[in-house]
Amino acid sequence: MKTIVFKLVTVFVLLGLAPLVLSLFHLNLLSEILILAIFALSLNILVGFTGLVSLGHAAFFGIGAYTAGLVSLNLSNNLLVSMGASIIVSIITAAIIGAFCMRVSGFYFLMLTLAFSQMIYSFIYQSTNITGGSNGLSGIPNAVLSGFEFSNAVYVFYIVLLVFLATYAILGIIVKSPFGQVLIGIRENELRVKATGYNTSVYKYVAFVLAGAFGGLSGSLYTYFNGFIAPSDVYWTMSGNVLIMVLIGGSGTMLGPVLGAALFVILETVVSSYTDSWMLIVGSVFIIFVIFFPKGIVGIGQSLMRLAKKRKLKYDAKRKSKAA
Amino acid sequence: MELIGAQLVNAVAYGLLLFIITCGLTLVFGILGVLNLAHGSFYMFSAYIAYSITETYTQSFWLALFVAPMVVGLIALVVEITLLRPTYHLGQLSQVLLTFGLAYIFNDIAPVIWGSDVLSIKVPSVLSGSVTIFEQKFPVYRFAVIGIGIAIAILLWMVQNKTKWGAIIRAGLSDKEMVSALGINIKLVFTSVFIIGGVLAAFGGVVAAPILGIYPSMEFQTLILALVVLVIGGLGSVAGTLVASLLVGIVETFSRFLAPEISMFLIFGLMAVILVLKPNGLLGKKVV
Repeated sequence: MKTIVFKLVTVFVLLGLAPLVLSLFHLNLLSEILILAIFALSLNILVGFTGLVSLGHAAFFGIGAYTAGLVSLNLSNNLLVSMGASIIVSIITAAIIGAFCMRVSGFYFLMLTLAFSQMIYSFIYQSTNITGGSNGLSGIPNAVLSGFEFSNAVYVFYIVLLVFLATYAILGIIVKSPFGQVLIGIRENELRVKATGYNTSVYKYVAFVLAGAFGGLSGSLYTYFNGFIAPSDVYWTMSGNVLIMVLIGGSGTMLGPVLGAALFVILETVVSSYTDSWMLIVGSVFIIFVIFFPKGIVGIGQSLMRLAKKRKLKYDAKRKSKAA
Repeated sequence: MELIGAQLVNAVAYGLLLFIITCGLTLVFGILGVLNLAHGSFYMFSAYIAYSITETYTQSFWLALFVAPMVVGLIALVVEITLLRPTYHLGQLSQVLLTFGLAYIFNDIAPVIWGSDVLSIKVPSVLSGSVTIFEQKFPVYRFAVIGIGIAIAILLWMVQNKTKWGAIIRAGLSDKEMVSALGINIKLVFTSVFIIGGVLAAFGGVVAAPILGIYPSMEFQTLILALVVLVIGGLGSVAGTLVASLLVGIVETFSRFLAPEISMFLIFGLMAVILVLKPNGLLGKKVV
């Protein structure tokens, strides 16, 4: 436990220094990475730990983002109010969608989540009076917390960083907890976990709602970061993108989704400056990862570490035999 | 009354279009176990290829109806042999993800070749008029679509129930290992079924182009409706897919006409109700 706290503080201090070093452009890039990392971490609860592949996670991102935007515009732009509202609405939505999705598994789950997210997309797209429809939602006021206005990129970066570390810590604890271990059991062999006496549907349902809640949280951060929401943030491509981040980074690990989000955003920024065919590149990279590196970046790292260890052992053994 | 008649014809035509497209999807899903998320891309490519043929080379819709599915069938062949065949050992989920990656790639290739404007194909002159039934005018092309849909349904039913190939496919739907144990080249069956799936999607793409238009990202709208039909109809029966696609076609068309804001809700609501009441679909067997 102490080492975890120490690690978190170190990361916080290191990343907290970023605004001093980075230009505004790179700082925004880092904020975006952290927001999408939270989003990817939330999906990872389902995909990586419970073994449920969802292709509709953008629904929660969108609901979180639109709720934060609408609450800031119409009710109050207090940070805690709008963020809390986002999380609550996301939880309610996840509870409703989850009730249906939990009845099915495998490909049916994938299809149902996709269908539900498209339903939410079409609702957002068509209700022009509320959400601005295809024009998106603009003119969202900056978030305020007890008189302090988060008016520039640096302030927003610090909220994002704080929420990111909190999310990472909470999810890390959940995964290690008995609850998380049951989820991993469900991923490996649901029937066996059921036979041990666990009601797996309840566990899966809670995992789904949890994933929805954190997805909504990341969406609300995106609203503070961007100040504008477009319906394309709820489209299936967003669900696909976040799934790609999780799988490229390494599903079922804590670090993987973060690395995946980082690679994704950096790649997008670099590629977009050369060509419009960004989806072509990401699709190809994704296919390569699925075929050759199914465990993602974290998997590559682990194999490299193992290789280095073996080398070292061999080297040590040689030296010993020489000395003898 | 007049409007209801016109909308009903539209609805049935749309439903049969969905039927043509979903048939390919269910067939591939049933035999290969791969939910082909690039199925919509085949549909889109075919529509674009048909556009090129009708606009630039021959101006013949009929040639397009023949050539575009052939080209897409070829693409499907290449995809199956290069991407799916070497990766069966990775498991079905990875393969679904592969087809998802493909959908991304195809989604970007189309605008590079054909631009991102909304295009459309002219209906061939034979079918461009309208007929008067009960003192009401109907576009001939809708009836042509209905005719084509029914013809394909009958053809598929005949092939599946009356021929040796159909017997292999039916056997493959219930037990793949057994089929290959009986000395049938399952690899060849997989490849053929994937091509047939692609050709069916492509055929739907050409037929749909004059009605629905051609535009970037058109494939996902259709793919999602096809998935809804797949869930409602269940896997493994032509009849189930037919009933489900007609149902979805009718609900989609009428709700779009009467209450456009909630049309998507009605369709997904229908799907949710079916899933709760009959998890295996109206007339199908369970999908694992």
